[in-house]
Amino acid sequence: MQPLNLTACEMREAIGRGDLSAREATQSCLAAIERLEPKIHAFLALSPQDALRRAAEVDERRARGERMGLLAGIPTAVKDNFCTADGQATTCASRILEGWKAPYSAHVVERLLGEDAIVVGKTNLDEFAMGSSTENSAFGPTRNPWDLERVPGGSSGGSAAAVAARMVPLALGSDTGGSIRQPAALCGVVGLKPTYGRVSRYGLVAFASSLDQIGPLARTVGDAALLLQAVAGHDPRDSTSVPQAVPDYLATLEEPVEGLRIGVPKEFFGTGVDGEVERAVREALGVYERLGAKLTDVSLPRATEHAIAAYYLVATSEASSNLARYDGVHYGHRAGGYADMIDMYMLSRSEGFGDEVKRRIMLGTYALSAGYYDAYYKKAAKVRALIRQDYAAVFRQVDVVMGPTTPTAAFRLGEKTDDPLTMYLSDVYTVSCSLAAIAGLSVPCGFTRAGLPVGLQIIGDAFSEERLLRVARMYERETNWARRRPPVCEGKS
Amino acid sequence: MPISREEVEKVAALSRIRLAPDEVDRLASQLSSILAYVGKLSDLDTETVEPLAHAVPLRNVLRKDEPRMSLSPEEAVGGAADAADGFFRVPRVLDDGTAA
Amino acid sequence: MAEALTPTIGLEVHLHLATRTKLFCPCAVEYDAPPNARVCPVCLGMPGVLPVLNERAVELAVRMALALGCTIPDLAKWDRKHYYYPDLPKNYQISQYDQPLGVGGFLEIPVEGGVKRIGIIRVHLEEDAGKLMHAEGGGNSSVVDLNRTGTPLLEIVSEPDMNSAEEVRAYSTALRQLAVYLGVGECNMQLGQMRFEPNISLRIGTGADGRPRYTPITEIKNLNSFRSVEHAVAFEIARHREECEADPKGYTLENLGKQTRGWMDDREVTFLQRSKEEAHDYRYFPEPDLVPFVPDRKWVEEVRASMPETPQKIRRRLIEEYGLSQYYAEVMMQDREVADFYPKVAVSFDKIMGREFGNKYVSDWPLARKGKVVGNWFNQDVQRAINERGIRPNDFRFTAEQLAELMVLVEKGTINRNTGTEVFNRMLETGKSAATIVEEESLAQTSDAGELERIVEQVIAANPGPADDFRGGKDKALGRLIGEAMKASGGKANPKVVRELLVRKLRG
Repeated sequence: MQPLNLTACEMREAIGRGDLSAREATQSCLAAIERLEPKIHAFLALSPQDALRRAAEVDERRARGERMGLLAGIPTAVKDNFCTADGQATTCASRILEGWKAPYSAHVVERLLGEDAIVVGKTNLDEFAMGSSTENSAFGPTRNPWDLERVPGGSSGGSAAAVAARMVPLALGSDTGGSIRQPAALCGVVGLKPTYGRVSRYGLVAFASSLDQIGPLARTVGDAALLLQAVAGHDPRDSTSVPQAVPDYLATLEEPVEGLRIGVPKEFFGTGVDGEVERAVREALGVYERLGAKLTDVSLPRATEHAIAAYYLVATSEASSNLARYDGVHYGHRAGGYADMIDMYMLSRSEGFGDEVKRRIMLGTYALSAGYYDAYYKKAAKVRALIRQDYAAVFRQVDVVMGPTTPTAAFRLGEKTDDPLTMYLSDVYTVSCSLAAIAGLSVPCGFTRAGLPVGLQIIGDAFSEERLLRVARMYERETNWARRRPPVCEGKS
Repeated sequence: MPISREEVEKVAALSRIRLAPDEVDRLASQLSSILAYVGKLSDLDTETVEPLAHAVPLRNVLRKDEPRMSLSPEEAVGGAADAADGFFRVPRVLDDGTAA
Repeated sequence: MAEALTPTIGLEVHLHLATRTKLFCPCAVEYDAPPNARVCPVCLGMPGVLPVLNERAVELAVRMALALGCTIPDLAKWDRKHYYYPDLPKNYQISQYDQPLGVGGFLEIPVEGGVKRIGIIRVHLEEDAGKLMHAEGGGNSSVVDLNRTGTPLLEIVSEPDMNSAEEVRAYSTALRQLAVYLGVGECNMQLGQMRFEPNISLRIGTGADGRPRYTPITEIKNLNSFRSVEHAVAFEIARHREECEADPKGYTLENLGKQTRGWMDDREVTFLQRSKEEAHDYRYFPEPDLVPFVPDRKWVEEVRASMPETPQKIRRRLIEEYGLSQYYAEVMMQDREVADFYPKVAVSFDKIMGREFGNKYVSDWPLARKGKVVGNWFNQDVQRAINERGIRPNDFRFTAEQLAELMVLVEKGTINRNTGTEVFNRMLETGKSAATIVEEESLAQTSDAGELERIVEQVIAANPGPADDFRGGKDKALGRLIGEAMKASGGKANPKVVRELLVRKLRG
């Protein structure tokens, strides 16, 4: 049995049956990580000793007949903007938090541990989750397992690559404007952004507080459902956490949605979409039609360019505020050679933050400043309300909205780093879902001729994750994109 | 609407970020093009629209007034670059209250 | 010219709420903990943390707002206020900008000839910052203790309705008393639980366009005693007058706007705080980590109904129902425990006296007499217990009813007033009832005419001088003789009877 080729669900069953031990599963993953990391650089920190120790504990407890958690023995990775109090640093891929050890763990991390998952390490990201390629990491980019000269997407590029390269079957990421869905699409894995408030943000280092959400990355829809199940639900430490019951996602996963009505926004198929991407997505829509779904043309007039504009005002404003705390006083990097207090702040932040972070802080500060607040932040917040209304109107006619997750497949490293705006536009199909605070996922729907993955985005109304997963599963059952392995994994396995 | 060098410097000061002169120019240019893009929003009529300030329809999320264990002073100041005797230490702040 | 210069003063007051925990995290609010021993990731502003609102803080804030006659709007929300300072770990403060918990109210203050209403603009909640101090041993460092960070602060903003330093002091005192009486805050000034920021301007008169003209508005930051508020305001008023006289055209609000000044307590002067090149741009925006507070109307009424009595109401009751003089009522109000204890004693006194004297009590005891008698016990014995023995009414070993019984024993003549004080002290010490003590220690006063006659005759014989003086018309000499008789009787003689007997024997 080759643990690395098992899905998380299969691994869970195998461990449950006793056919596979947690130790074996963990060892395989650690071996894969060791082999592939030099090429991919998905991780910023690894804790192999702790992982093996925990795996041994899980095996012992199972042998004693104890009831085991949902993720018992499954190696899992966690994006490095989740606080972990286990001795690993939480850096957010930034020099300003380099080496910082959090004295507490994020809610979702506590849930993972409570479900007996084996957290093997912290994955790479764009600094403070700001970016769409993981090139903004202060500690070097992550490479796309399908083509090492290309980006894995961002900001959860490390998590997406780790899953795509079969280093771990499960990884948690965070999504503010597409940071789970876009790298999932570029890396050929499933990535889900839950409805805002579905998963507790306590312990997720904040980027944009009204947009950030935590979600799963995995190779299959079932695995994504499993991980979501493990972490979703109310947390009293997060005032924006919604006290709505969590359905049993796995229980209904195999039930197709009868009479599925799919909205296809014409704005999602504009001139910016690459031809091969569009073709793969339209073929996927064809599969749904064959399954009995009804496709309807809909319009989301403000969900692309206006959404990007609104997003880059709201998100940067909140970010400028959330990142004000990094000043070298209470934790994190403090510069040397300062003349006085203000100098210390300036130097610490200038040394600690990368260019993209600085750019966004500046933009956000500007948008909130006296005289500009109404024209920028407030205006963007109003447009956000409009976008939400647009989706509400569409969901009165259809159950889900579908389109490409990204306009193109993975681009080359360095290709978009010269012009920030070009990079921002790679989020054009993902930001509106975040602004509307609803749910969206990306599921693999094919490859380009060059062998690069393409993602199909499925967007649903608030708290419709259960249906979204079923809809995605309908398509996945008819295809087998998940079986294909990145070239870098070939040879030794 | 383009952003001038002076405005970039003002915003940088507000953000407590020090920029090298060439950074100022580069940012002025980049921010100007981003601002030009976000200017699209003025196409939309939002006269009667309420800004969406909260992404969830929750109200009155409250906590009981019951104390919990705090961190120890060692844990509290342990991550600081400069700490002594349980305090955080910073460069001297002037008596008139200005520093930052 | 000077008469036209009317000071117009508004006051912003911040007070610590009497909650057990902080506003947004469950760290305990404690004033004597070691540095940074009452902090957690949330109030430290660590990466990834989130605030959760303390329900008791909201309740106390609404209680205060209601007591100030404020309207409680349908929705209150939270905002971030940004500035950088080492005692503000997030470099923003969570406060309330445009939709606070309470708006529009007033507070009445005593002024010569009556009361004056000072308008209240708004009441809101926000979190306090930590403490920045100079490092010991001087040098180039300051140190930060974040224990105070996150403590719930109630901010109360008045209209600029005050016209003198005295009024500012009266307002501050009344506000503190209200907060203490309502249990909203302890307002211990030594612990820095109450801070004042007056803003002062003089109205110069009316301009040519018919609109009022003012001197620049001066805001004085962070005063934390009544004395410093009063003196700082007085100083500023005088300073504005001088500036105005020196430059009547230039020294105006139009020209110079608003200024921030600090107060030097030791030198008793204000000084211009080195203002930054630009005024603070706080970049307020709605706090995305907190949801709005929508007060349920029934709950608001419950808060109103369960509120302790306001000092105004208590004062009025003490005067109108219990017959205390304005002066005595004011004195009693200084101490909440005393003001709470008094009515209980007064009511019991009423009951027991009614039992003892029946209709005679009703006819012979107007309200003023009751107030005088019961008030006297409080002013003398109760105050002495507090001041000299450090025993407070809540710790008395006897009940209000038992104290009333003691008072009635004196009114009945069983013991005299002096003995009454002795018994009071014994009650403090032993917790026994007055009747028990009087019996056990044989303290009942002697009213027996025969025995007293003997004592009186002895005293007259032993004090010929005062006796003659009294016969000669010096009424005061009688007091001396009464005193001697009391001494001779071991304090147990009924002084009224003694007086009667002396007068009869000396004049008769």
